[in-house]
Amino acid sequence: MNEAAPQGGEPAAPRRTGARDPQLSSWFESTARQRLAGLLDGGSFSEILGPEQRELSPHLRQFGLPPAFDDGMIVGRGRLAGRTVLVAAQEGRFLGGAVGEVHGAKLVGLLRAVRSMAADARALLILFDTGGVRLQEANAGEVAIAEIMHAMLQARAAGATILGLIGGRAGCFGGGGLIAACCSGLIVSEQGRIGVTGPEVIESNQGVEEFDAADRALVWRTVGGKHRRLIGGADAFAEDHAESFRSAAIALLERPCRFDLEVTVAEHARLRERLARLGDADDAWAIWARLGVADPTRVPDMPAPEFLELVARLQDERRDAR
Amino acid sequence: MTPAEILDSLFGRSHRVESGAGGLLHGEGLLAHAAGPATRVSLIGLTQGAALGVDGALALAQRVLSVVQAGERNPILVLIDSGSQRMSRRDELLGLNEYLGHLAKTLMLAEQLGHPTIGLLYGGSAAGAFIATALATRVLVALPEARPAVMDLPSMSRITKLSLELLRDMASSTPVFAPGLANMELMGAVTERWDPGRPLDAQLRRLLDRFAERSQERRDQRAAARGGRLKAAAIAERVEREALRDG
Amino acid sequence: METLSFRHTAAHALAGARAHALVGVVGSGNLEALFERVLDGNACVVEVVTAVAGYGAVWSEVIADFVQRYSPGGLRICIHDGGARPDTVALRLAQGVSLMADDHE
Repeated sequence: MNEAAPQGGEPAAPRRTGARDPQLSSWFESTARQRLAGLLDGGSFSEILGPEQRELSPHLRQFGLPPAFDDGMIVGRGRLAGRTVLVAAQEGRFLGGAVGEVHGAKLVGLLRAVRSMAADARALLILFDTGGVRLQEANAGEVAIAEIMHAMLQARAAGATILGLIGGRAGCFGGGGLIAACCSGLIVSEQGRIGVTGPEVIESNQGVEEFDAADRALVWRTVGGKHRRLIGGADAFAEDHAESFRSAAIALLERPCRFDLEVTVAEHARLRERLARLGDADDAWAIWARLGVADPTRVPDMPAPEFLELVARLQDERRDAR
Repeated sequence: MTPAEILDSLFGRSHRVESGAGGLLHGEGLLAHAAGPATRVSLIGLTQGAALGVDGALALAQRVLSVVQAGERNPILVLIDSGSQRMSRRDELLGLNEYLGHLAKTLMLAEQLGHPTIGLLYGGSAAGAFIATALATRVLVALPEARPAVMDLPSMSRITKLSLELLRDMASSTPVFAPGLANMELMGAVTERWDPGRPLDAQLRRLLDRFAERSQERRDQRAAARGGRLKAAAIAERVEREALRDG
Repeated sequence: METLSFRHTAAHALAGARAHALVGVVGSGNLEALFERVLDGNACVVEVVTAVAGYGAVWSEVIADFVQRYSPGGLRICIHDGGARPDTVALRLAQGVSLMADDHE
């Protein structure tokens, strides 16, 4: 499908291709269903509670908004390099991928299931693309996010690996950012953005002096994928296509990360160290320089292979505990 | 009620609490019983309507981890009168999502390791701060003056482009989006409401006595029973069942 | 928001084995359409929920043209529209029919 929309000045315009190969088309530009098709082993995806089940949001009608048959959340099962995995994908084009009652409950159910799967199938991939809570059903969405986090950490305590893949047009903001922080591993592309409060919301609450949301370069180096990867906010960096996310996911699945006291203490040390080392920096450039990047201004334009070399040079072998 | 009044009502004089910068609070109280030794209750709090940023979240998480590492499996009470997450470029630059997520994880870890975790919402709380504190506890109780919110109506009006008048009209009939304690109770987020006119210690003892039973309840089931979220529990159950079918 | 419903009798039933298919996404200037093979014989029903009211005549025309061209007998098609232009509507309908005409379940 050709659903290209104008870009807002993002770095490295996502690759635009007429190719039908879902593995090579832009992840940023793709729909959630296209991403699933490109990520999983060919034809292996089977959906749970698919669109024909018509589990629509009961709340959007009164706001004059048409619903979506899947409520912007596609859940199911598939195979990744032959291994059975559960998958959930948010559709960022539908209401910004925002979490409502049905959308959230589908992920909650999937997370409750993964805990009880056979030991070798205890894996779940979340393809994030969300601005956070859906305001039209804000209370239901907010509580759903808390339920998702509880279910994730129970599943991880039972040995499940939960990976987050971030590179969609809505990014991963609000409660989505908190959910991402509960994953055992995160894969982010340059176009992926991770945060809590979006730049526009900061600007409208705190003024343009605090955060100029129109300054796209500033936005990208503050919340974008390269910055997140460099400071340890994500475990792997992918290029903007399904094949790259796929190989990163296959690799990360080999590094399980159980949720327990030890890993939480290690995460605490990691976050404390980050704050001590970088807490007074006023811009990503200053942070990257402190991390040892020779020419920070080059990072945004750096091609993926060079960026990956940079990351490998700067970071030791220690697993980013989360 | 103020934090001091709440603590006095819960523990009499048997509490010591330190207040830090940014509305943070931590300490412990001894909950007396008619017979037997008192229960040591560990306390953390976010007070005075403070916003929660990277520094505050890390400091609170440190307190929770210390309690967990002490290994007593004692109750942890989280007092909440907060704003939303702190909205600043610095917080986002440093990865606020990880810090808020980490605080929530320490509370959920404590719960998994046998600590009853209880949130006491006695003022405001919103958005990311609400998720990382109140909603990260196993059982959330509230005093009647509590004001939980995802977002205030004027901001919501700006973002949804619906008029404030329309949103106000809808708010009275639609619990699913409008701020307020009654709506969060309907959503299943708040387990019970405490009565500030009666001693809080008795209400806490009663909750702890029934904690095992209380913590079996799921928020979505409570929401279905209260009529606030009619679909969530059923959808989650169906997805869980179908995912496990011949899996 | 507006709800519209169109009932047609197609020239013949649509070939293929697929029971249902979804195309598109509900978003600004876009729509989703769910195709289901649930009607008898040559009947075709198209139900539209659209964010933009007042375009009933345009919908009627686009759908009549679609039925004429593709003869989607046996299909119920449900559309959630975020304000798609007529050419986008026609494109989505054509995509859906092509999926439904597939021989594989």
